[in-house]
Amino acid sequence: MAKKIKQIEKTVEKNENEISLRETEGLSQGQIILRRFVRHRAAMISLFTLLAIIIFTYTASGLHLGSEKSPITTPGWWPHSITEIDVNSAVSNLCENGIPGCPTLDILPAFIDGTGMNIGEHPFGQDSLGTDYLALVTRGAEQSIMVMLVVGLLGVLIGTTIGAIAGFYGGWVDAILMRLTDLFLVTPTLIIGAVIGFRFGNLGVFPLAAMLGLFSWMGLARFVRTEFLTLREREFVDAARVAGASNARIIFKHILPNAIGIIIVAGTLLLSGAILTETALSYLGFGVQSPDVSLGTLISHYQDTFTVSPWLFWWPGFFIISIALCINFIGDGLRDAFDPRQKRRISKKEREQAKAVLKAGV
Amino acid sequence: MFAYIVRRLGMMLVILFGASFMSYNLEAYSSDPLAELQQSTAPNKQYLIDRLTRELMLDVPPPLRFFIWLKGIVSGLWGQFDLGMTRDQHSVAEYIGAAIPTTFRLVIGSTVLAIVLGITIGMVTAIRQYSRFDYSMTFVSFLMFSLPIFWVAVLLKEYFAIQFNDFLVDPHVTPPFLLFFSLLSALIWAGIIGGDRRRFFTVFGAVAIGTAILIEVLSLTSWFISPGLGIVVVAVFAGGISVAITHLSVGLDDKKSLYASLITAGIVVALYYPLQWVMSADASLLTVIGIFALILAIGAAVGYLISKIDRRAIMRTAMITGFLSMVPVVIDRFMQEFNAYYASDAINGRPIPTMGQANQLLSPEQQANFWINSLDGFTHVFLPTVALTLISFAGYVRFSRGSLLEVLNMDYIRTARAKGLTERTVIVRHALRNAMLPLTTILVNDFAGVIGGAIITESIFGWKGMGSLFNQAIGSYDLNLFMGVFIMTAFLTVFANLVSDLLYGVMDPRIRIRK
Repeated sequence: MAKKIKQIEKTVEKNENEISLRETEGLSQGQIILRRFVRHRAAMISLFTLLAIIIFTYTASGLHLGSEKSPITTPGWWPHSITEIDVNSAVSNLCENGIPGCPTLDILPAFIDGTGMNIGEHPFGQDSLGTDYLALVTRGAEQSIMVMLVVGLLGVLIGTTIGAIAGFYGGWVDAILMRLTDLFLVTPTLIIGAVIGFRFGNLGVFPLAAMLGLFSWMGLARFVRTEFLTLREREFVDAARVAGASNARIIFKHILPNAIGIIIVAGTLLLSGAILTETALSYLGFGVQSPDVSLGTLISHYQDTFTVSPWLFWWPGFFIISIALCINFIGDGLRDAFDPRQKRRISKKEREQAKAVLKAGV
Repeated sequence: MFAYIVRRLGMMLVILFGASFMSYNLEAYSSDPLAELQQSTAPNKQYLIDRLTRELMLDVPPPLRFFIWLKGIVSGLWGQFDLGMTRDQHSVAEYIGAAIPTTFRLVIGSTVLAIVLGITIGMVTAIRQYSRFDYSMTFVSFLMFSLPIFWVAVLLKEYFAIQFNDFLVDPHVTPPFLLFFSLLSALIWAGIIGGDRRRFFTVFGAVAIGTAILIEVLSLTSWFISPGLGIVVVAVFAGGISVAITHLSVGLDDKKSLYASLITAGIVVALYYPLQWVMSADASLLTVIGIFALILAIGAAVGYLISKIDRRAIMRTAMITGFLSMVPVVIDRFMQEFNAYYASDAINGRPIPTMGQANQLLSPEQQANFWINSLDGFTHVFLPTVALTLISFAGYVRFSRGSLLEVLNMDYIRTARAKGLTERTVIVRHALRNAMLPLTTILVNDFAGVIGGAIITESIFGWKGMGSLFNQAIGSYDLNLFMGVFIMTAFLTVFANLVSDLLYGVMDPRIRIRK
């Protein structure tokens, strides 16, 4: 009997290997990675949540580009704006403790708390002046997301370029570029950010984001350099060189596709770091300047009223955390997807099925 | 080796020079100190502008002004180190000298706590990979990664300070909280211990009931306002610690080790009453250090006397046990002082403050008392420490988990298992030690980074450390102060980098330092 069970287990294991082999049969590397990513449940949920947040915030209050003097704006579907002051409606919406501007959002259905589900006029409430808080929060989130994306894009571009050149050419090029990286790394991010914010914060969000991006590529450059250092010694690079490929072709066609995994993963880390840096700078007063808002300035502005009107504090925090959390999970999913050693874990159900089939056969 | 260090030191100077030049100019061009005066309508406007220009040497362009500042640093070579004056005519070096201990006090606890907690949890999640505990800790650490510290700080102030102080007025844990804490600790312990479903629920139930009873007893005896451990609890801790340390360090099969650490733990318990007399009101930090040194010596002696072979491992186990068992004794001494501290006029029944680094209202004799003074320090550092720990521990969890998982996949681990070593030996001796290697590098670097990086924490909790100096410097266009803070943090970072590289070379024989 014991022998039989062992036999079954052995066959199950063999079958499991077959399952994973059959799955990747005839697929390109990109397709395999995409499949692995799509199967990562947390990452997929995060991806859709993040997309939903971005679409929601960007359509609610419309796009706001350009500087203060020459703004380029598109209208959004949300009726209230961040400059609108409506004390009357705030006073008519008292909370249980008598604080005006209570959120009208009610997500509990009628059978739990007696009042039905309701969005109301000001779902996120209003601040002490009567400005609609949903307008403020979506506007703040919009700014923070924009800073995050610009910083991420610039950081990835500069970091990849510098890391790739340093790693591929080596020698004195490498030495100079890496000392340059060290030089930027030595300066604490917040110190650089504060100086930048102080100088460029009042020019609008875009210059601020661009300047922050110029100072956030160092970690990524180091990662990419290490990857290039190992990849350039591989046989396929020698083969390409013997076949007469130019340096540019080797870099772009042969090495870069192999390093893309590490770039994407480090890039997502950069993104989630960027949103925290931006909000922290704005919180300290060095980032986005009033009258414009960001999630950081909202928290810094309303933190003292936490005991009386907590919603003014919870909503911006909720947006920062959900954005950063989603990006971290997406990054985790991507890391797993790009990891060649990663094997799909055979689920319990599949294992049981395989066993049942075998047992019936034995 | 010597040539390598010299070359690295030279490189360090070049980087420091470049970075300080860049920062000086960035900061100098970041705002215009004359802008405000030029707007003014004061009759002596021109005089004021001239005076400020002279004071700050604004007629010298910033790239050149940098070298005037640099002169003060370079003259440090012949003993006249000069960081210049702040705009309110204080010595920058003095400001920084006062700020560094404050920042250090702020970050040391959280760094140590984050490292210990982070590495422990990271290792446990790696050993229990793909378990419930692993999944929930992954989620928790991602959540911590995504938390802005200024947001957490507000929550901590509300729930850990204001509401906790309110709770102390009538220290009885209400049923909902009782239920919450019991279930939480049960979930954590059941998750760590793991096993099949039946074992999970057994542990879960036992821990939940145990915690509930413990909290209820503590509430009923008003332990929360007059805490203390007493000799019985100290003895229980000491016994538990000696068994746990022996198990982790050499395994319980090693009877000599077990006896040595049990004897050391017994000595700690026996010393409980004599030590109460040593730890009197006029004790100092030296007393505490002396006590720990004593117990280490006792542990070493016990280990030496009891062992014939394998002396080092046995002595080490006894020493670690002695040290850790002494911790509850000292904590107990602090707890005994809590009620007096809590009831004193300066505290007025609200021990956890939301701001500041020391209570100015304490009477001179209270400040002279080491125990009360330290207790005051602990209550002030409590919230910042929790906040910083929450933020930074996630990184250690992820890193140590990844590091251990990588090591566990190595061939030599399979070899170790194949030759029949116990799982404990495989993990503690073969895997953990190698997994810790890359951690040392980030430890050193993080510690240097955190000295300059607590800017937000300091500003939220009203501490006067390096971060607040830096904030002040930027806000008031104080270039000398700015550069003083910068050069300190930059130096620490570069230096830590060098130390961690050298350390790594020493610890990992596979790393060869290139000549």
